[in-house]
Amino acid sequence: MSRAGGKRLGLIVNPVAGIGGRVGLKGSDGRAIQQQALELGAVPESPARARQALETIGAAENQLELITYPGEMGEDTARECGLEPTVIGAIERGATTAADTIGAAREMQRLGADLLLFAGGDGTARDVCKSVGAEVPALGIPAGVKIHSAVFATSPRTAGALAALFLAGRVTRLREAEVMDVDEEAYRGGRVSAKLYGYLRMPFRRRLVQGQKTASGPGEAASMQAIAAYVAEKMEDDCLYVIGPGTTTRAITSRLGLEKTLIGVDVVSKAELVAADVNEAQLLKLLEGHKARIVVTPIGGQGFIFGRGNQQISRRVIEEVGRENIIVVSTPEKIGYLAGRPLWVDTGDRSVDAMLAGHIRIVTGYNQQIIYKVSC
Amino acid sequence: MSQSATQTIVAGSASGRQPALRRFHQARWDEPIIFELSREGQRGILVPEVEAEIREQVGDVLATVPEQMRRKQPPALPELSQPQVLRHYLRLSQENLGADLNIDVGQGTCTMKYSPKVNEQLARMPQMADLHPLQDEETVQGILEIMYRFEQILKEISGMHQFSLQPGAGSAAIYTNVSIIRAYHRARGDAEQRREIITTIFSHPSNAACAKTAGFEVVTLYPDEDGYPDLEALKAALSERTAGLLITNPEDTGIFNPRIQEFVDLVHQAGGLCSYDQANANGILGITRAREAGFDLCHFNLHKTFSAPHGCGGPAVGATGVTQELAPFLPVPVIEFDGSRYRLNYYRPASIGKIGPFYGVAPVVLRAYAWVMSLGAEGLREVAETAVLNNNYLLKKVLEVPGVSAPYARGKRRIEQVRYSWEQLAEDTGVHSEQIGLRAADFGVHYWTSHHPYVVPEPCTLEPTESYSKDELDEYAAILAHVAHEAYTDPEVVKTAPHNSTIHTIDHTPLDDPSQWAITWRAYLRKVCGRDK
Repeated sequence: MSRAGGKRLGLIVNPVAGIGGRVGLKGSDGRAIQQQALELGAVPESPARARQALETIGAAENQLELITYPGEMGEDTARECGLEPTVIGAIERGATTAADTIGAAREMQRLGADLLLFAGGDGTARDVCKSVGAEVPALGIPAGVKIHSAVFATSPRTAGALAALFLAGRVTRLREAEVMDVDEEAYRGGRVSAKLYGYLRMPFRRRLVQGQKTASGPGEAASMQAIAAYVAEKMEDDCLYVIGPGTTTRAITSRLGLEKTLIGVDVVSKAELVAADVNEAQLLKLLEGHKARIVVTPIGGQGFIFGRGNQQISRRVIEEVGRENIIVVSTPEKIGYLAGRPLWVDTGDRSVDAMLAGHIRIVTGYNQQIIYKVSC
Repeated sequence: MSQSATQTIVAGSASGRQPALRRFHQARWDEPIIFELSREGQRGILVPEVEAEIREQVGDVLATVPEQMRRKQPPALPELSQPQVLRHYLRLSQENLGADLNIDVGQGTCTMKYSPKVNEQLARMPQMADLHPLQDEETVQGILEIMYRFEQILKEISGMHQFSLQPGAGSAAIYTNVSIIRAYHRARGDAEQRREIITTIFSHPSNAACAKTAGFEVVTLYPDEDGYPDLEALKAALSERTAGLLITNPEDTGIFNPRIQEFVDLVHQAGGLCSYDQANANGILGITRAREAGFDLCHFNLHKTFSAPHGCGGPAVGATGVTQELAPFLPVPVIEFDGSRYRLNYYRPASIGKIGPFYGVAPVVLRAYAWVMSLGAEGLREVAETAVLNNNYLLKKVLEVPGVSAPYARGKRRIEQVRYSWEQLAEDTGVHSEQIGLRAADFGVHYWTSHHPYVVPEPCTLEPTESYSKDELDEYAAILAHVAHEAYTDPEVVKTAPHNSTIHTIDHTPLDDPSQWAITWRAYLRKVCGRDK
C-alpha cells in the first residue's frame, strides 16, 4: 500500500457497544446480554455515532486513507459517508466479538495506521488496549453504556474534530489516558467495581477530550513533575509510602528513580522500593507497626480516589493509616475535567466512606494545594 | 458632578433603535517587521561631522570608555529613513483594535474604561515630563504633594491607615502585601510555621502566583454548590500554618462573596492576615470599604479603577494600603508631610524594603488624582453604580443569545463583570469561544479568552465599566447574537474568522510546554540555539 496522499486512519466500530443502554442493561458485554438487548428492541447506536465523527473529520477532503474492518465494524459507516475505505480482515456479520476488535487493532497497527479511532465503550477500549497498548495513538468515540475510561472524547463530533487536528499535524501532543472498566456482572448486580486496565496514548488538545474542558499553565506533564518534586521532597525516612496506581503517582516514583507498577500499588520507603504490585493482605502485613502514608490520585474520568482501580488500598488499609496520612495528588488539569463535580470514595464501608468525605487537601503542584470536596 | 465627569459616564442615553452591525473592514498592510525593512545605508538622520577645532580640543571621546566596555561590533539596528519609520508604525497602528477605537468591554477583569484625554495633557505637561526621579526632594514638592494628597484619597476610599504608591503593577502590589504578611509573622516569631496563603480559584490568579513567587505554599479553595466561595473549604484549609488570605471580591466571575465577613473573621481567629485584592474596585467604589470588612491590607490598580491607561505591562501603580498595625512594614520610602514640606522617609527599620525603584510612577498618579478630583466622592459612587448597572444590563442582553450561560450562582446578579461560558454553543456547533471572539473582530469589536485558570469552559469575560452607553452595549450584544446565529447556521464562517480584520491565528501549543520556553538569554542559547551554557 502506498502512503501517498496523507495520513492513515484506522476505524473500528464495535457494533454492539451501547446496545444494552437504552434498554436498561447497564452494559453490553457478553453474547447473552446482547441477545437479550436485541430482544428488548435495542438498536445499535455506535454506527450512527461513528458516522457523526467521520463526517466531522471530513475524511474525503483531507485525503485521508481510511482503513477499516468489514460490514458493521466500519465499512458500512464509511460507505454511508461516501468514502472508499481500504477494508481488511473478515467477520461473521451479526456475531462480532471482542476478538474481532483485537484483531482489527493489531492489523491496523501492522499497516502503519497513524491513529486508531474506535467507537464503543469501556469494553472496546480494553480490547484496543489489550491489542496495541500504548504503541499506536488511539481515540474513543463515546458509544458505549459505560464510559469510565479517559480515552473517550466528549462527543462523537469532538472525537472527529480532535482526530482531524491530529492527522493534520495541528495537534501533536499525546497523553496517557486511563482505560477503565467495571465488572459488568457485579455492576448489573448493583455493585460497582471498576478496574484500571491500562493506558492508551491519545491526542490531546484543550477542551476537546472527555472532561478536558480546561487548560491552565504549562500542561499536564509539567504539573506532574511539579507534584512529584514536592511530594518526593517532603517524604520522611521513617515512613512507608503506599503509592496507588496512576501516571501522576508514577511521576513521584520516577522522581525517586524507581519503577512503578502503573496499574498496581507499590510500597516505597527511603527512596527504595519495598514491595511492588501488592494486594490488600500484603499491604496490611507490611503496615504492621509502621508509620505510613497513602499517596493516591483520582482515577478515570469520574474522580474516584478510592474504590476504583485501587481496591488493594482497602477500607482496612485506610483505617490502619488514617485520614490525616492520606496524600491526594492530582494535576490541575484533572481537577478541571471534573467541571466542579466532587471527588468520590467507595470503599464498600459506609463509616470509612463517611470518614473520608468532606473537604480534603489535594497537592496540585509544587507548594500548591487545593481544598476540594469528596463525596460518598 | 463636574464637567469632565459627564465625559466619563455616558451610559443612560436611551434610544429604541435596533443596532445595525457595522460594515467594518480593517486596514491590512502585510507589513514586514522593521528589521526586514532595513537596507544598508538608509538613514533617518545624517549627523554632521565634528568640526576640526572641536575635535582637536576634545580628542577621542571614546578613549574615556574602558576598553573592555566598548562594543566590538556596532548594534545590528535596522537602517531606515524617517518617512519609512513613520509609515511602518502608522500601518501597524491601523492593524489594531485599540481601546479608543472599539467598544472595549471584552477584556473582563481589566476594567477598560475611558482614560480622559485632558488627563493625558496634564501628564505630558513639561512640568511633569521633565521631572527626574533623582531630583532633590526640595525641587519636586509639587508632585510629592499630589502623591501625598492622593494617598489621603485612597485612605478615605479604603478605610486603610497608610498607603504606598511604590509598587509598579497590580502583581507588584500583591507581592508587597504578601511580603508584609511575612514580615508581620516574622516580627512575632511565627514566620517559620505560618507558610500557607489561602486564596480562591476565582480570585485574580495574580494572588496565587505572587504568594508562590514569595515562597509561600498556596492553598486554593473551590466554590460551593451555589458558586460562592466555600466557607466549609476555608475551615478545612485554616490551621496554625495559615499566614493569610488573599482574596478578590467580587471574584473574577463578577460574583460578590456575601459571607466575606465570616471569611475574614475565621482567618483572623486562626492567626492569619487578610489581604483584599481591589485591583479592580470598579463595582464597589464609595459603596464598600476594605477596612469595614475587616481586611488588614488591600491594593488598587490605578490603571484599572482610576482610569490611567493600561501600559501594556509598562509603568503602572499598584497602590498598597495597610492598617496602622502593619504600616511600619510598608516599602521605603514613604511620603511624610510636616505641615510645610513634603519629604521621602527612607529610615523605616521594620520596612520590607524596596519593591521597586524610586517612589511610584508620577504621571500615572497624576492622571488618577485628576480623575478623582473631577468626579468627587459622589462621582466615584456613581461610577460604581453605573458600571454595575451597565454590567447587569449587558448580562440580560447576552443571556438572550442562544448557547451562552453565566455559570455559578445562576440567576443571581453580578457586580461589575461576568464570566460567561459558550459551552452549550460549542457542544451544539463545534465552534469555540476563541473563534467567536475572532469573528466578533470582523464587526470591529473583540474579546479575549485568557481566563486563567480555565475552570469555566469556553470562557468569555465581559466588563462594560461605566464608559459605554446603552446603544454601545446594545451593539456589542447584537454582534454576539449575530455571531452565535452564524455558529448555529454557518459554523464555517465563524471557524475561519476573522475575514475583515488582521488578526492572525497562531499555534499556542509551545506556550504550554516549558521545555520550549526561553525566558532568559541563557535559556534561549540552550534551547533554541542548542548551545550549552
